[in-house]
Amino acid sequence: MQYMLLIYATESVEGALDQGAIMAEYGVFTQGIVESGAFKAADRLKPVATATTVRIRDGKTLSTDGPFAETREQLGGYYLVEAKDLDEAVAIAAKIPTARYGAVEVRPVWAMG
Amino acid sequence: MGDGVGLQLDEAFRRHGPEALATLIRLTGDFDLAEEGLQEAFAAAAVAWAEAPPANPRAWLVTVGRRRALDQLRRRIAFRARQGELEALAEIERQAAPEDEGDTAFEGDDLLRLIFTCCHPALSLEAQVALTLRTVCGLATAAVARAFLVTEETMAQRLVRAKAKIRAAGIPYRTPPRELLAARIEGVLAVIYLVFTEAYAGEPGRGLGAEAIGLARRLDALLPGRGAIRGLLALMLLHEARRPARHDAAGDLVLLEDQDRGLWDGAMIAEGLALVGPALTADAPPSPYAVQAAIAALHDQAATAADTDWRQIVALYAVLMRLSPSPVIELNHAAALAMVDGPAAALRRVDALAARGALAGYEVLPAVRADLLRRLARFDDARAAYADALSLARHEPDRRYFTRRLAELGE
Repeated sequence: MQYMLLIYATESVEGALDQGAIMAEYGVFTQGIVESGAFKAADRLKPVATATTVRIRDGKTLSTDGPFAETREQLGGYYLVEAKDLDEAVAIAAKIPTARYGAVEVRPVWAMG
Repeated sequence: MGDGVGLQLDEAFRRHGPEALATLIRLTGDFDLAEEGLQEAFAAAAVAWAEAPPANPRAWLVTVGRRRALDQLRRRIAFRARQGELEALAEIERQAAPEDEGDTAFEGDDLLRLIFTCCHPALSLEAQVALTLRTVCGLATAAVARAFLVTEETMAQRLVRAKAKIRAAGIPYRTPPRELLAARIEGVLAVIYLVFTEAYAGEPGRGLGAEAIGLARRLDALLPGRGAIRGLLALMLLHEARRPARHDAAGDLVLLEDQDRGLWDGAMIAEGLALVGPALTADAPPSPYAVQAAIAALHDQAATAADTDWRQIVALYAVLMRLSPSPVIELNHAAALAMVDGPAAALRRVDALAARGALAGYEVLPAVRADLLRRLARFDDARAAYADALSLARHEPDRRYFTRRLAELGE
């Protein structure tokens, strides 16, 4: 099965951390799941201040500044991984450096086709 | 069919149903399909067993249930061919049927898989409890709904959602590997203990106490020698043994110190006592369940309330506070301390605890305060505390008890 691992953290908390050390940890983690074959895709998102939310209402496109949900923790990136089952996906999610101070949401992906 | 056969069938279903279901879920990979197959196997058994009862009822139920599940899938496919169902059919046909009717080596393994899947931490605690009672204990949905004071429809939806999450999220049907096992056992024990405490605090005679003990017994047999499992089993047995004395003829609550100890279940106490030692020494440090069982054992061993070894109980609560500190343990510790150092010393601790606010809304805190104040002859304060306890009580026997205490203190 494929799982999307959505990485959430409070940007102000994240900003106070040693970026170099965190990025190095992410490098090691990513290399590990590429070698194990679990890696499908990953991206880091720019800060939530750059977000625009789009809705279509009455046929009109409405764009508003900011994220869709005003939550304490913001979506900062994701990994798409292949895992045998939820336990395996959770084990991978637990190795993501941000899990220590933020949170990782594990979502199964619909199989299309 | 005679009544004798009907009774035998009921007994066989109750004994073998959960294990047959556990194996059918492994074979079909689908909770609903397995349940439907087993239902049809039960119906077939009502006819077939009246003529010739099988040597191995569980294997019979699995063989027939698997065949009926396959039929069910074929009917669905004939109705609307779906790729997923074709694959499921191929998978079940690939899985070997249980040929050897004498082979019972795998039945415990399947039951463990079922227990760990129902108690998976990715499910909400209430879903874990509902699934466990429905599938592992084999209780009817209506009975599970009654136990948790929700409608049958609400409970049915809860079960549907839980099974859908197992399927969609890819929760594995397996006993967890060694590195996850200890933590996952704790999760299963939390579910069993919740079932037990819900039964214990509520109206008598709901039967969930026996289900919780039965689950712990099975778990102890399947994963022997684990202090936490054995400790919880001992703890529940030592409490359940007092059930016949916990309520009077009118259904009112009788406190431990006032109970007729002759009504306690001696066999259950003996079974519990025999487990306490092994449970305490299985791990270092011991599981908190084992320490709580040791405390319950000291109460059960006292011939009269006055014979209770309160010094040792206080010492065990101190151990428990180090192992798993919580405001509830702290409150129990203070209540036990009253029996050694007197009510005034205990009241100072309870008041300090109340001032921290960690137990706001918990009716046992004002109840303990009220009892200490009563013993200190501070009757006005005691009345106010009982009134607080009464306003917070969730269960009818507790409400009647606090009302009675208030009446005894006068207006």
